[in-house]
Amino acid sequence: MSRKTLTRRQFVAATAMSSTALIAAPYVRGAYAAGKLSIGFWDHWVPGANDASTALVKEWGEKEKVEVSIDYITSNNKKIELTAAAEAQAKSGHDILQMPSWWPHAYSENLEPLNDVMEPLIKQNGEVNDTVKYLGQSGGKWLAVPATPGSQIKGPCSRIDLIKKHAGIDVQEMYPAGSPPKDDNWTLETFLKAAEACQKAGFPFGIGLGETTDSVDTAGAIFQSFGAELVNAKGDVTVKTDAVRQALEFYKKLIAVLPTDAPSWDDASNNKWLISGRGAMIMNPPSAWAVAKRDAPQVAEQCWTHGFPAGPKGRFAPFLPYFWGVWSFGKNKEAAKSLLVHLSSPAAIEKFVAVSGGYDLPAYANMTKFKTWAEEGPPKGTLFHYPDPYHRQTLSIAASPAPPKIAQQIYFQATLTKMALRFAQGEKLETALAWAEGECEGFMRT
Amino acid sequence: MADVVVEQGRLARTASPRKRASLRNAMGRKSTVAFFLTLPLILLIALLVLYPAFYSVYLATLNKAMTKFVGLSNFTFLFKRETFWMVVRQSCIFAITAVVFKALIGFIVAHFVHNIPGKKQRKWRGMLLVPWVIPPAMSTLAWLWLFDPSYSAFNYTLSFFGVGPIPWLGDTFWARFSVILVNVWYGAPFFLIMYLAALKSVPDQLYEAAAIDGANWWQKIWHITLPMMRNIIAITTLFSLIVTFANFDIVRILTSGGPLDRTHLFATWAFQVGIQSSDIPLGACVSLFMVPILAVAAVFILRDVNKRGNEA
Repeated sequence: MSRKTLTRRQFVAATAMSSTALIAAPYVRGAYAAGKLSIGFWDHWVPGANDASTALVKEWGEKEKVEVSIDYITSNNKKIELTAAAEAQAKSGHDILQMPSWWPHAYSENLEPLNDVMEPLIKQNGEVNDTVKYLGQSGGKWLAVPATPGSQIKGPCSRIDLIKKHAGIDVQEMYPAGSPPKDDNWTLETFLKAAEACQKAGFPFGIGLGETTDSVDTAGAIFQSFGAELVNAKGDVTVKTDAVRQALEFYKKLIAVLPTDAPSWDDASNNKWLISGRGAMIMNPPSAWAVAKRDAPQVAEQCWTHGFPAGPKGRFAPFLPYFWGVWSFGKNKEAAKSLLVHLSSPAAIEKFVAVSGGYDLPAYANMTKFKTWAEEGPPKGTLFHYPDPYHRQTLSIAASPAPPKIAQQIYFQATLTKMALRFAQGEKLETALAWAEGECEGFMRT
Repeated sequence: MADVVVEQGRLARTASPRKRASLRNAMGRKSTVAFFLTLPLILLIALLVLYPAFYSVYLATLNKAMTKFVGLSNFTFLFKRETFWMVVRQSCIFAITAVVFKALIGFIVAHFVHNIPGKKQRKWRGMLLVPWVIPPAMSTLAWLWLFDPSYSAFNYTLSFFGVGPIPWLGDTFWARFSVILVNVWYGAPFFLIMYLAALKSVPDQLYEAAAIDGANWWQKIWHITLPMMRNIIAITTLFSLIVTFANFDIVRILTSGGPLDRTHLFATWAFQVGIQSSDIPLGACVSLFMVPILAVAAVFILRDVNKRGNEA
């Protein structure tokens, strides 16, 4: 029987090697090894929707042996934007942070490229729309992964009874549940006539003219329907064009039939307008309808969400995607990427859509016909056309196609609604254009 | 040479107990104790006020991408912006109007309360302080509902008199009126309580002497009350001017700066530019612009207070 003795030197060497291996191990591990992951998710307004995210993350954490902690951050008072700004400044914080539409570009230098996540996801789930590419990509690099929770289209939500009675439009016939829309006559001209008729009858359309996103998104879609861009994709100021003039002339007519206090509306005002029963249409995701279902069921039963009216240059609908970004200074990037793949699986996406009552929209082309949208009600089928199942609209965001860092300023300074309001309140067209041109030139700062 | 060394050694030995004694004396002094007691606060202020202040000065000198030093060019850029000058004008209108009304209302109500006898006065004092003790973010939400486009309680009440509906927050004039109104409602109790304290410190004999001389109420106010309250008025005005200039929550909640940017103040516009539009250096510039305005006001008011203090 041979007996091997360990010398003191061998013992020290072996201890040093094992310690080195233990310390180095976390830095070379794959996504399937243990570790910690910290996540900042948007705090969903739909009761129970956060539970779905928690369950999906927990399921993944248990499988991958990763210890996960989640913070749900409200979007009220720009808490998410403040968190993103603070974490980017401090170079410390969550590993994954859910961020609103413009933020991947705003923090592009601090975000981990996610091409290795997005390319397989696109193969699996289908192509994403151009707005997702515009907001989520920079120079061929994916800055973030489109998140289903929170992503939305802000299309028209009409009162079936009021629009039929006062404007003679049957929205259910135009956008039948389960079938393609018959929307050839649903143009901005028809929309304006309907707005005038409903205002005359005492039920004006509830479209805001304030500085918050709902107001800006509607203006963006209408301007794009006329082909009006304040700054083009190359970054040139293109305010003084015929397309912008046409859009402003249209907006002036529309503003004349909107509620008088629309310039002060925030993102809650249009919801309240619909639920109060005073308006025939608003531009919103189904959140207003969902609240009406709880607080004013008689109003909810008459709501129908459908497509945007078409303008001379096409049919555009405001689309606001949320994104999941991975900070480049995060401590567990591989695990973060693995979780994002899990949260973007078809099963997870369907779950997000179901728990949010159809509010959340996937960014992928193949995922617009889940049964949730077909079955939600009352009235049954009210959300069928919400995700644009027949791809009849160009999903866009206001201020695009300007380079995102310029567009973000046009968007948040509400240049479109302000310009339209200035003109509608009596300022000369050329003066309003000159003001907007000056603003856009200011946004070119680098 | 050796003597010198010995001398130096002796000196060194005798200095040590003397040093210890002076340290003990220093520690025993009231001012030293006071300094150490306030040290935690000084450190807290350094951490929470001075550090952010200097950091914002540093941020204001960076380019938009925050990658290079640009000196004062952010400020020169701001000076060319029409919206910036509009914000300067509006901040001045907002702060001056609100402070004048707060001071006026505080002064008048303080007199009323001062004349209420004993126990009742305590109740009134408590009730009148309520607006000031509610966090403004909460009370402003209540005001927002009162001004709400769909459910405005004000418009509902006015409708009984055949007036309105008034677009409280949708029209430039009314929006400015509303934000100033809420600020006055919130801030007037501060003036009230300060003026009440000042009134209580005016000796009754002065009024009695004035009454014997045949002075009417206006003469008593002009020649006794106001001169006796001058320092308090100056300090409360300065303090309120600073706080009102830096106001954020009321405007942010009620109008977010709209309509057409006509209610933006420095703080709300700085937030919009810095956080919402991701231009943190420019946002820092906007917020720093308040400093020289307030510094000038502070110098003038405090110099005046100091002068009167010396006269006394």
